[in-house]
Amino acid sequence: MTAKPTFGQEIANLLHASHGKPLSSCIQCGTCSGTCPVAEYMDQTPRRLIGMINANMKEEVLACNTYWFCASCYHCTVRCPAQIDIAEAMYAVKRYSIWHKTNKEELVGPVFSETWVKTIVNSGRSYEPVLAPTYMFSFGPKEFFQEALTATNLMLKGRIPVLPPRIKRLENFKKMIRRIIPVGGPS
Amino acid sequence: MKQYAFFPGCSLEKLAASYYVSSQESAKKLGVELRELEDWNCCGATTYFHVDQLLAHTLVARNLAIAEKAGLDLVASCSACYKNAYFTNQHIQEDPDLAEHINYALEEDNLQIKGTSKVYHLMEVLANEVGAEEIKSKVTHPLTGLKVAAYYGCQIVRPRKNGENVENPQFFESLISATGAEAVNFPDRLRCCGGSLIMTSRQAALDMVNKILQNALANGAEVIATACPLCQVNLECYQAQVNEEFGTNYALPVLYFTQLLGLAMGVPPKKVGLGKEFVSAMPFLSRYLQKEAR
Repeated sequence: MTAKPTFGQEIANLLHASHGKPLSSCIQCGTCSGTCPVAEYMDQTPRRLIGMINANMKEEVLACNTYWFCASCYHCTVRCPAQIDIAEAMYAVKRYSIWHKTNKEELVGPVFSETWVKTIVNSGRSYEPVLAPTYMFSFGPKEFFQEALTATNLMLKGRIPVLPPRIKRLENFKKMIRRIIPVGGPS
Repeated sequence: MKQYAFFPGCSLEKLAASYYVSSQESAKKLGVELRELEDWNCCGATTYFHVDQLLAHTLVARNLAIAEKAGLDLVASCSACYKNAYFTNQHIQEDPDLAEHINYALEEDNLQIKGTSKVYHLMEVLANEVGAEEIKSKVTHPLTGLKVAAYYGCQIVRPRKNGENVENPQFFESLISATGAEAVNFPDRLRCCGGSLIMTSRQAALDMVNKILQNALANGAEVIATACPLCQVNLECYQAQVNEEFGTNYALPVLYFTQLLGLAMGVPPKKVGLGKEFVSAMPFLSRYLQKEAR
């Protein structure tokens, strides 16, 4: 009988297209945490998160905000002395959390990403005004006002499209997507 | 004239329209033709990869396949578009199984991909394929004395593509110097602007923008130059919010490197898209512009 994969193995399996070394080669040196420009806003630093994945601490890993606060700047990746693609590992945990719907409601990142992908699947292009509601309502009144002001200025400068753009061969595009994700694709 | 398939990406249609026009104008002056990719789709930035990797690579591959069909190498002007196109292309070359899956999907749009086109960032083409010397010879309105902070950001240099120097790159500075401007010392030039965190983790991103602006100013920059629409928006359009949050008083113009190149080669300000900024660069640029063009 095959043993059920551990959490660490599950995340490792999501890293198949990465050119980096496996997470298990982490030496816990902390170069990633020292390099990360967002580390101070994370519940757990990147170094700790990798340690927690390797220790199969599934609940604790999924409960923290670390991977959704990763901006994908790859500074940790290019500096890791163990050659782990750490930013790619953050993507792997993001995907895991989206598939298993484990994200806390107050996190904006997952809703933002899913809305973006839905927009593209339906039109072939991204469109900023559709994305705004995914994060604006998480703001307090002051932040909401500031963001609305920025958006208004962008509009006045002609920097936001009035109508959502779409590609020409949209039908082909949608059929193409259905060959990748056959169930629950766009109607 | 050397031709490339140009992938502008969604931002360049409106949000970064000045990047689009200034790219086209500068390239033309340098004998490079940027032919916009026919019926391109969004590259997904970082978000496709949060949801599904195979779907993400397929959507990026469609653009690459259209370039391949035209027999041209692909040039992207947004750093995220560039990074996505570069690595999807590489994975397709190296992983026949992935290529087979993707090609099965691409059949629906009568496309096929082998991974034979090369992928470049526009800045790479201008700095390496054209070169600073050639640019210098085309400069008619040198920006002598203008102090520019050359801001690389992240994905134009990272992850490492082919053994290049990711800790101390110089290609951006070489372009700025070619215009006659001075590339100031700028330790934060490789530090991330926060990218889409500006929407999803606002407080963290505003802090990141604040640090970069502070660093540029402390080193005497009059203008920040960028090579990515998201960097431009975060550093410029969010300055007012940074000022509000941190009690700062920034009014630092943030331009695309192609706008500076274009101006130095005598392209009129309107044609490099000047006028769409939140923070006007005119106080620093007017001394270089001919009276009739101001």
